[in-house]
Amino acid sequence: MKNNSLWSDALYRLSRNRAAMLGGFVLIMLIICAALAPWIAPYSYSFQDLNLGASPPSSEHLLGTDILGRDLLSRILYGARISLLVGFVATGVALVIGVSWGIVAGYIGGRVDSIMMRIVDVLYGLPFIIFIILLMVIFGRNLWLLFGAIGAVEWLTMARIVRGQVMGLKNQEFVLAAQAMGVSNLSMFRRHLLPNILGPIAVYATLTIPQVMLLEGFLSFLGLGIQPPMSSWGTLIKDGVESMEEYSWLLIYPGITFTITLFALNFFGDGLRDALDPKTSDN
Amino acid sequence: MLTIFFKRILLAIPVLFAVASITFFLIKIAPGGPFDADRAVSPQVLKNLNETYNLDASNWEQYVDYMSGLIQGDLGPSFRFPGRSVTEMIATGLPVTFELAFYAILIALLMGVFSGVLAALKRNTFLDFIPMAIAMIGICVPTFLMGPLLVLIFGINLELLPVSGWGQLSGDKLLPSITLGFAYAAYIARLSRGGMLEVLNQDFIRTARAKGLTERMVVIKHAMQGGLIPVVSFLGPAIAGLLAGSFVVETIFQIPGLGRFYVEAAFNRDYTMILGTTIFFSAMIVFFNLLSDLAALWLNPRSRDA
Repeated sequence: MKNNSLWSDALYRLSRNRAAMLGGFVLIMLIICAALAPWIAPYSYSFQDLNLGASPPSSEHLLGTDILGRDLLSRILYGARISLLVGFVATGVALVIGVSWGIVAGYIGGRVDSIMMRIVDVLYGLPFIIFIILLMVIFGRNLWLLFGAIGAVEWLTMARIVRGQVMGLKNQEFVLAAQAMGVSNLSMFRRHLLPNILGPIAVYATLTIPQVMLLEGFLSFLGLGIQPPMSSWGTLIKDGVESMEEYSWLLIYPGITFTITLFALNFFGDGLRDALDPKTSDN
Repeated sequence: MLTIFFKRILLAIPVLFAVASITFFLIKIAPGGPFDADRAVSPQVLKNLNETYNLDASNWEQYVDYMSGLIQGDLGPSFRFPGRSVTEMIATGLPVTFELAFYAILIALLMGVFSGVLAALKRNTFLDFIPMAIAMIGICVPTFLMGPLLVLIFGINLELLPVSGWGQLSGDKLLPSITLGFAYAAYIARLSRGGMLEVLNQDFIRTARAKGLTERMVVIKHAMQGGLIPVVSFLGPAIAGLLAGSFVVETIFQIPGLGRFYVEAAFNRDYTMILGTTIFFSAMIVFFNLLSDLAALWLNPRSRDA
């Protein structure tokens, strides 16, 4: 045991957590599959074999085809790109807003802090799902708008967590020393505060991704998210539901994929939390 | 306690006012009017329509008009369903959605609290692992997948329960309520397990046991009061989630509730309906958050006298 930094310590604990490692493995596989979808998918996501129509799983189409004769496996692989992209990008948006908001409120404190946090409190109490739907209705169903809208909703908790962490750091010697040396606010945020709160940020970010993906799935299910012929897992499930009475595989395979991904993300996030902060492991 | 109550109510009023205003102007900048949809309307008819609904007036006038109507509980006419007012439509959809949400919360509380408390008491045994594994499923399987799967299993394959409707066939309320309630049961189970574990190690529980109370008394009278505070705080935000869930569940099971009206209004670009329901939903959520905060405050003896 030479190197005992927070991260190597956490990595060690994480590697002992089997559920989290399995979750991480599944995630990496999914990301690789999604990235390589154009090369490994047996067909294009929009290729229609009109002779087939909906056909059950076979050796040619491993997971069967949908009503329009499109290969389901290929559509799931391409859908992974959209679903994971939404998950990561929207979480990124939430991260940027939430972390900046939280650091500023926590570090400056006083009146600025109380106004900023009051805004967060108020926004917390509003039905944001409805606002996302509203935005999608008003501005059309645009992928980038979807990222922005979801990210703009999910930053609130992040802001609270970061603020709490920064409040704790604010009076420590290294911060006071930096202040005494006349470090500007901006580099204080970047060089001194941010590296010290990366742990909680990483944990919360991994736990935000499944929430974001659920939200995207929810919107796509209602027909307000991703538009055809592109597909996310949400739209695949929606299509599957419409024809589940005759062609149940169209619902079951996308459903299983989506659920496994959410499981993996949750297990990995929980494991990361336990690894970085052993105290809170019992919730 | 009373001052907190009034402060929170006073804060809620400007918030709702801001929500109403922002929504109103968002909808005004939306491209396309409500009447230029599928089939073209002749200019004369359009003029009449605009006159009837006062769409020729300046935005500001319309805003003042709308807000003064809002204060009296008048949310204006629906653009899509002539002759019906938004208030009327909310009044028809609301009882259905409320009933659904009520059953869902009831199922969630019964299942969640029971299994959570049991899991905490029998920690690290089968009675802990199995309910918690089921809870994990409840959290990871989204409502829009759970609903169709339940329909597929119980409605189509086993033919035990009706696949859609509300109050027409016997037992048709069961699947929607379970679909909506299951995810919350899962969250509540985890929360009550965590809360109970925290409380069960505390001194006052040991005191209660030491003075010879039965285990049942210790758990029900002493531990649960403190251990379930997280559950009570969760109920407020859960109402907001239930609302979103009701959009999905009412769509899947074709239930004529407020959630389905909202989704339909979003598709039809029925702007007055969207505006009215958004304001109404916001008011409801603000109200329920207030209620659950106050209940949590009241349950916590430390803040009760403050």
